Amino acid sequence: MKRIRIGAGAGFSGDRIEPAVELAEQGGLDYLVFECLAERTIALAQQARLNDPEAGYDPWLEERMAAVLPACLARGIRIVTNMGAANPEGAARRTATIARRLGASRLKVAHVTGDDVAGALRGSALPLLDRPGTVTQIEHAMISANAYLGVAPIVAALQAGADVVVTGRVADPALFLAPMVREFGWSLEDWHRLGQGTLVGHLLECTGQLTGGYFADPGRKDVADLARLGFPFAEVAEDGSAVLGKVAGSGGELSRRSCTEQLLYEVHDPAAYLQPDVTADFSGVRFRQLGPDRVAVEGGTGRARPETLKVTIGYRDGFIGEGQISYAGEGAVSRARLALDVVAERLRLTGIGVSELRCDIIGVDSVLRGPLPAGRDEPLDVRARIAGRTATLREAQRIGREVEALWLNGPAGGGGATWAAREVIAATSVLLPREQARPRFGFAEV
Amino acid sequence: MKLRDLAHARAGDKGDTSNIALIAHDPAEFGWLAEQVTEARVKAHFGAMVGGEVLRYALPQLGALNFVLHGTLGGGVTRSLSLDAHGKSLSSSLLEMEIAPPPGRG
Repeated sequence: MKRIRIGAGAGFSGDRIEPAVELAEQGGLDYLVFECLAERTIALAQQARLNDPEAGYDPWLEERMAAVLPACLARGIRIVTNMGAANPEGAARRTATIARRLGASRLKVAHVTGDDVAGALRGSALPLLDRPGTVTQIEHAMISANAYLGVAPIVAALQAGADVVVTGRVADPALFLAPMVREFGWSLEDWHRLGQGTLVGHLLECTGQLTGGYFADPGRKDVADLARLGFPFAEVAEDGSAVLGKVAGSGGELSRRSCTEQLLYEVHDPAAYLQPDVTADFSGVRFRQLGPDRVAVEGGTGRARPETLKVTIGYRDGFIGEGQISYAGEGAVSRARLALDVVAERLRLTGIGVSELRCDIIGVDSVLRGPLPAGRDEPLDVRARIAGRTATLREAQRIGREVEALWLNGPAGGGGATWAAREVIAATSVLLPREQARPRFGFAEV
Repeated sequence: MKLRDLAHARAGDKGDTSNIALIAHDPAEFGWLAEQVTEARVKAHFGAMVGGEVLRYALPQLGALNFVLHGTLGGGVTRSLSLDAHGKSLSSSLLEMEIAPPPGRG
């Protein structure tokens, strides 16, 4: 049975680069995939592109491509990535230029576009998924709107001979599923295999989170050599079954327990993981440990794909101002509480418009809210933090200034005040009838 | 005993919804875990932090429960005022829950 090996080279834009090079050099790969787009990344990239038409792609693209291309060129490893962000054409051109510099002037670099559906959303009354209201209500503040595309345009680019495919917004697992569809000739209505392939893509898309990252808990879950964590690959067979592995000698742990944690990461109903290509079903998945850092994954399946595509809208959503200050020793928690009360009252007294205010005592309740459980000693070293939402930058800055003013005017022993204010680029989602997005591909010309 | 003695956990975020996978260290104790850690108990554990409903999905063959906590992330990672806007550390907070020890333990 035909098998291909797909490696996970990045799980977010800021991910480590050396493990991807290690995979390219020693992983026996056919494909290397870089997933680099978080929810609001495209909105930020779109703003960058407005200032510079050649910008708007991943800020680490040059460094990442220059690091992995030599090994990929030498071994014929194809690359699929969403590092195109708001400018896949520009990113593809840049990649082709880097390849030419490395002596690979005939490398075919494709770009996938059509995820930008801002035009289709103008004047739309589609309801927002994460907050009340419709597109119309945030349209004036909209920066970007991108549909999560499926595998079709990537598969078409690979079939046309692409060595590298650079996309904008694409469903993360689809970056991995596309090479399987291309190599095995799977039908785009073979829901069972598309479900299995999506399962593999989902497991790989956060790189080190499958191999012992976001996992270690000393004394309970010890993981070897986290500083040299190896990224995972999957050896996928034509029937959709897969074995997960990592490069021998790299750090980390690839086990049933690490795979089980990642299986459910950012999943709601495991029987209905909605993707542009399939409704994947992970509810019957099993993992089998075949050896050290080798795990077989089975039991994934799927049903017909949804009729809509998820669209992420990036929009300007006011400002957040924040300040922090430390207190120590006996009574630190009481003084931190007093400091927060003082700042909240000062904001009221000085008429700063704050639509939402959050007070934390870091070390006590910044995660799990409420008082310390009975019987637990109060910490002797805490940080008071106050953050508020405002309509203007000026008001956001005033929040931090009120915290800073605690140096001279607040409780005893306050130190290390810091503050920040920033514009909020928020993300929300809508579901768009799928025929309203028009995915396509082309080749970079340099 | 603490839930931490029986299970491990991982939190993820999508919009304003957090999901926390809870996995028994020993698959044989999954039944007890499922009996003890109900939707209602998880909602009560997080208190006012959870604005919406808590749903639970079970994957017995993996010894895993998946909790989906709606309206938990202060409007979502992109607009939250929280220090841990993704709610990544909610997994560890869930493991602080006190539960009755399984028969034959504790």
